[in-house]
Amino acid sequence: MAAKGLKVGLSRDGIQTASETVYDALVDAVETGRYDGIQAYATLIAERSAPARVTPDRVLEGFLRLREVLSRHLTASYRDMAKLTKVLDIYVPVADRILCIVASALVEEREKVVRQQQEAIRELSTPALRVRDRLLILPIIGVLDTHRARQLTEQLLYAIRANRARVVIMDITGVASVDSKVANHLVQTVEAAQLLGATVLVTGISPEAAQTLVAIGVDLSRLRTVCDLQGGLEEADRLLGLKATTT
Amino acid sequence: MRVPILKQGDYLIASVQDSLADADLLQLSENLLTQVGLFHSRGVIVDVTALDVMDSFACRALRSLASAIRFRGAETVIVGIQPEVAFAMVQLGLDLAGIRTALDVEEGLELLGNGKDG
Amino acid sequence: MAGELRISVRTDADIVTARQKGRVLAEPLGFRGSDLALIATAISEVARNIVVYAGCGEIILDVVRDGEREGIVVIARDEGPGIADVEKAMQDGYSTSKSLGLGLPGAKRMMDEFEIVSAVGKGTTITMRKWRRSHEDRPYRPAGT
Repeated sequence: MAAKGLKVGLSRDGIQTASETVYDALVDAVETGRYDGIQAYATLIAERSAPARVTPDRVLEGFLRLREVLSRHLTASYRDMAKLTKVLDIYVPVADRILCIVASALVEEREKVVRQQQEAIRELSTPALRVRDRLLILPIIGVLDTHRARQLTEQLLYAIRANRARVVIMDITGVASVDSKVANHLVQTVEAAQLLGATVLVTGISPEAAQTLVAIGVDLSRLRTVCDLQGGLEEADRLLGLKATTT
Repeated sequence: MRVPILKQGDYLIASVQDSLADADLLQLSENLLTQVGLFHSRGVIVDVTALDVMDSFACRALRSLASAIRFRGAETVIVGIQPEVAFAMVQLGLDLAGIRTALDVEEGLELLGNGKDG
Repeated sequence: MAGELRISVRTDADIVTARQKGRVLAEPLGFRGSDLALIATAISEVARNIVVYAGCGEIILDVVRDGEREGIVVIARDEGPGIADVEKAMQDGYSTSKSLGLGLPGAKRMMDEFEIVSAVGKGTTITMRKWRRSHEDRPYRPAGT
């Protein structure tokens, strides 16, 4: 009987199916007190809404409309005031809860997208660039926290193996600030790359960074440094050329 | 488990298997030291491509091995350390204390060849 | 999910078994390559600690869940001589045998949680956990391979 009421003002098949699904979930929630059906459906709607360019307010608007239609239908069905109050007392909290679930699902979906984008940005922000045969450049830009240092090291190691790199220039000109923690990460990245047989040249250590490195006592014998990227490229050529000619 | 040792010209190549126990590593060390003398080898390549873990014991064993081989007049190159293994080694705080490393056997042979010429 | 795994540890071959089992348990939980190597290496270190200092003991491996987090727990238990100065044993470079002295502090660095309880003459129990990082649900695929 109520399915008829649901169709009021709705024309497209998709909307009709959606309405019926929501209606079924609502009946289910009223009868059993369980909300898993609507929870699953809300998650699905949230996932689909973004790629389909449906904004959250449009989704919520749809649900609000549905809520109103149903409540109107109930009002029309129950002429007895006492009965109607009873029915609405049951219906309104359930409908509210469903709206809450839908809203939460939309927010959750947005957060998921943001997390994925952050991850993508992190991966993009530390590309190991193949300059020429056997030579990689790793420009490090921004803040180097533990998580990013780890990701950067892993990516570099896989890139060394994939490109059979012999020399890696790690340019830290763009690193926001070099403190003891960052210095430690850099040394670890260099050491890991060396275990795979690559020579690492660190370039772009700023005057401030140099002083920090001295102050915290980084063992310079473990770091091979060249003043700037230009110098690093020349040194890399020398290393690669030397290796090529003596073969 | 025995580690096969291959003789290639002036060099010896030992390919370590995946489930290497401590005793195998010590045995390998002994065998390599004997064969370096036997064949007058100039270099030894230890291929650890199959190794999925390099813990502090294995690392120390390789360091001792390289030092002992040095005393016998040959150079050691460790090749084939996997990216994940290298990452774990650095996290653990391990380093190979100056032992040379290369990406694979081919690179290792080249490295030893260059060392000879240079 | 299978229940906990117990590996009795007496010889160096058992160390290999323990770390292989750890890997087998951790892999289906979604741990990635470098995390698997970290877990296997940490297991190797605590298992070796048993073989070298206590002679025998056991490694217990299990899955842990805490809300939405999922991870692996490794318990290394022995009834050996125990560690007199736990704080000192957890310092880099400290060792009473001829090892590098990086085993326990190294294992701690590789895992997310690390607790050590030791009583002289009674034995040592080390409990370590590693959680799968939630934002890294996608397996890592290196570019170009």
